Amino acid sequence: MRSLATLPLSRREFLQVSTTAAGGLAVSLFWPRQSAAAESMRPKLPPAANQPLGSFVRIEADGRIVIGARGCEIGQGVRTSLPMLIAEELDVPWSAVTVEQLDYSLLPGATASPPVARYGAQFAGGSTSIRDGWYELRQVGARARWLLIEAAGEEWHTPVERLHTRDGQVVHRDGRTLSYAQLARRAASLAAPTEDAPLKDKGAYHIIGHPTRVADGRDIVTGSARYGIDAAAPGALTALIARCPYFDGALARLDDSQARQVPGVRQILTIEGPKAGAPIDRNLAAGVAVLADDFWSARRGREALRIEWTPGPGAKDSSVALEQRALAALEGHGKVARQDGDFEAARRNAARVIECTYIEPFLAHATMEPPAALVDLRGKRALLIASLQSPGGASSLVSAMTGIARTDIDIQLPRSGGGFGRRLSNDYVAEAVLIAQKAGRPVKLLWTREDDLQNDFYRPFGVHRLTATLDAAGKVTGWAHRVAATARKYRAADLEDDPDWVGCVDPDGIPAGCVGNYLAEFLPVDFHLARGWWHAPLPTFAAFPVESFLDELALAAHQDPLALRLELLGTARELDYRDHGGPKVHTGRLVGVLREAARRIGYGRKLPPRHGIGLASHFTHGGYAAHAMEVAVSEAGELDVVRCVCAADVGLIVNPLGAEAQFMGATLSGLSAALNLQITVKDGRIEQSNFPDYPLLRMSGAPDVEVFLLDSPFPPTGAGEIGIPPAAPALVNAIFAATGKRLRRLPVGSQLKS
Amino acid sequence: MSIELTINGKTTSFTADPAMPLLWYLRDHARLTGTKFGCGIGYCGACTVHVGGEARRACITPMSALAGLAVTTIEGLAPAESLHPVQQAWLEEDVAQCGYCQAGQIMAAVDLLKRKPEPTDADIAALTNLCRCGTYPRIRKAIRRASRLLRAERT
Repeated sequence: MRSLATLPLSRREFLQVSTTAAGGLAVSLFWPRQSAAAESMRPKLPPAANQPLGSFVRIEADGRIVIGARGCEIGQGVRTSLPMLIAEELDVPWSAVTVEQLDYSLLPGATASPPVARYGAQFAGGSTSIRDGWYELRQVGARARWLLIEAAGEEWHTPVERLHTRDGQVVHRDGRTLSYAQLARRAASLAAPTEDAPLKDKGAYHIIGHPTRVADGRDIVTGSARYGIDAAAPGALTALIARCPYFDGALARLDDSQARQVPGVRQILTIEGPKAGAPIDRNLAAGVAVLADDFWSARRGREALRIEWTPGPGAKDSSVALEQRALAALEGHGKVARQDGDFEAARRNAARVIECTYIEPFLAHATMEPPAALVDLRGKRALLIASLQSPGGASSLVSAMTGIARTDIDIQLPRSGGGFGRRLSNDYVAEAVLIAQKAGRPVKLLWTREDDLQNDFYRPFGVHRLTATLDAAGKVTGWAHRVAATARKYRAADLEDDPDWVGCVDPDGIPAGCVGNYLAEFLPVDFHLARGWWHAPLPTFAAFPVESFLDELALAAHQDPLALRLELLGTARELDYRDHGGPKVHTGRLVGVLREAARRIGYGRKLPPRHGIGLASHFTHGGYAAHAMEVAVSEAGELDVVRCVCAADVGLIVNPLGAEAQFMGATLSGLSAALNLQITVKDGRIEQSNFPDYPLLRMSGAPDVEVFLLDSPFPPTGAGEIGIPPAAPALVNAIFAATGKRLRRLPVGSQLKS
Repeated sequence: MSIELTINGKTTSFTADPAMPLLWYLRDHARLTGTKFGCGIGYCGACTVHVGGEARRACITPMSALAGLAVTTIEGLAPAESLHPVQQAWLEEDVAQCGYCQAGQIMAAVDLLKRKPEPTDADIAALTNLCRCGTYPRIRKAIRRASRLLRAERT
């Protein structure tokens, strides 16, 4: 190992790795401060008694290696997979590693705007954690290892070229060894390298690519794992909010006299909702908060409130009316998101024109752990403990609402009971802050399931109209995908610069680039529900209509659905892709997963009567997945998913066991929604209230998922969301193959029984 | 009125609202937070505990129904520093994703295996605990593994 450039050492220094605003890797040096404020901002990892090697790595005297996990763990496995990257390059056995969750942290005293994140990206969304961490977290491990080698060189007065590492030891060419624990103190006193340390070749990996169980699995199965909802603080009251059920409605009259009589109720106060029409960047609704000693008293108190609400401007609106508006909008012209060639000319010259309309419902996220937030405002400091996906967003929000500097806001990151995009919105944090401010004491806000299903940032409702033109030989010559949906920009504060079809139209989604005459168009339809990001948001929204329509085209052209897809995708090549996961989409990788899924399910084999196989594939957030499903549908319309295969190419696999779990879970999330889930609105109110009318998939309906992860020469993308989008269309394509019945509306629900 | 009950082997006395569901006594008063809140109507099973040795949904079990009974939560399923074979199987099959529902899933599985030491596919499919992450395939494997572990313990 050669020597690396270092900064001159003037005092004890900590290696600090963080992402610059431009997205590059920056190395700065962090000197622990002596002031009390700075002291409490120090990372939890290196208490004075131990031997720190940078913020992410601590080496205990007993040889235990403590590695910090920086991400928000929402079930995607980052508390395991991100420390694996560090451990690999640090060259320690995984069995010697203890993982500790890092808090959300900004560099203290930093005046940069935005402030510098101490650990780099801690955000969970868009399947980005592994992609963001792949290089920089391996560098964290590699640089710590480099320091240990340097320390051994000093110890033995030996050039570092004669040294290598193995299993947490530095090994001399002559066979002598020193453990990392023996070297840690000296290594921590060395100057941190300012250039990249060399990384291992893939062939030398003993952690990356090896099945690794959830790092804190034992805490989970013994009930000691802490989630946001488990947070407690001295003096904190439990709060529940009675929210206005009408969007943009307001409190008309409140009689809280009975609620105040409920034992345990301490305080009742009102909070305002967003101004009608204004961006929704804090809480979702006006409400009455009941603060009590515990949940049960708060709930009793809330039930005893007598409230009259003034319905907002959407009080008469409904999803039925929205659907009619969307269908009407499709008769007009919208905003063109992409246009290749001349679709109208293709239509005029076509031998045949095929047109189908698909309808997708609003969806709620329904995380198993409902939103909750503990907020303690203590003068010039704040503490937030909550299940989060965007702690940076929460930090900005708390700061904007309280005037407390972001560097003075402590945010802990407990495990989250699911995320699926729900926690990208910090409305529940805003509510807790509003209540804590008014109440003048720490507050733990809880939500019931009813609160959750009726106060979400919903996956948009949309009507998709797809039109294809075929020539006399049955070849596809033109493709138009027109989407009428509630615009992503509707009352969003942060999207001024984006076109309003973002999140609704996937202008570069396949088959864009594969058909000469192509049109993608958006027809915004107003509605009052807040819109959010739901589990692979745009790809899930786009895959159902596109992949269903491909099967309908195959039928019209007397072609096999797989053959038609392979013909459309053509030769393996890269196409431009501007949305998340780009800048390129590789047709060959889609072909790869399609072929693998088809092969694994035995595509083309003879099936029993009323059985059918359906296929679908999709490019999502930089990864590629295909599903092949075999279903059986009885005469009575009972649906059984007999086999469910998922093939994926997400580049190099960091944790095969974790990745398999992600694809199983994503597949079942996609199936769960496709089979039974929808949020509907009537008279300006959400109709669903709890799991009986928002029935997530249960054990009895969940097939085993056969996951095949392709050996891939590409660097790792994420894994969490890539397996969702093709599930719904593969299911309906299989239903069609089994029954001849084409479902163009989700969820499947009872449609097979009519 | 005072209600005497046992929680994880410890006798305790409860004097607050007898209508309070066991779940909120466990979480807010006993600070046993391993039992989770999911729906509040006994539907999702995240709050599954054992009362008198049988699975119960703690969110709809009032404290008034527990006089003289023994409650076991996930924290009390196995002696400290050890694991119940079902917990062991859960680890070996790497079941958890977000993990939030798993305490309830484990308590339901322990109850099932007590009633049916060698459960059929239909027995397992009859479990109604919800998992939003979609860990069902691994739960099935873990229950079968736990069944084998328990059988080995018996022989």
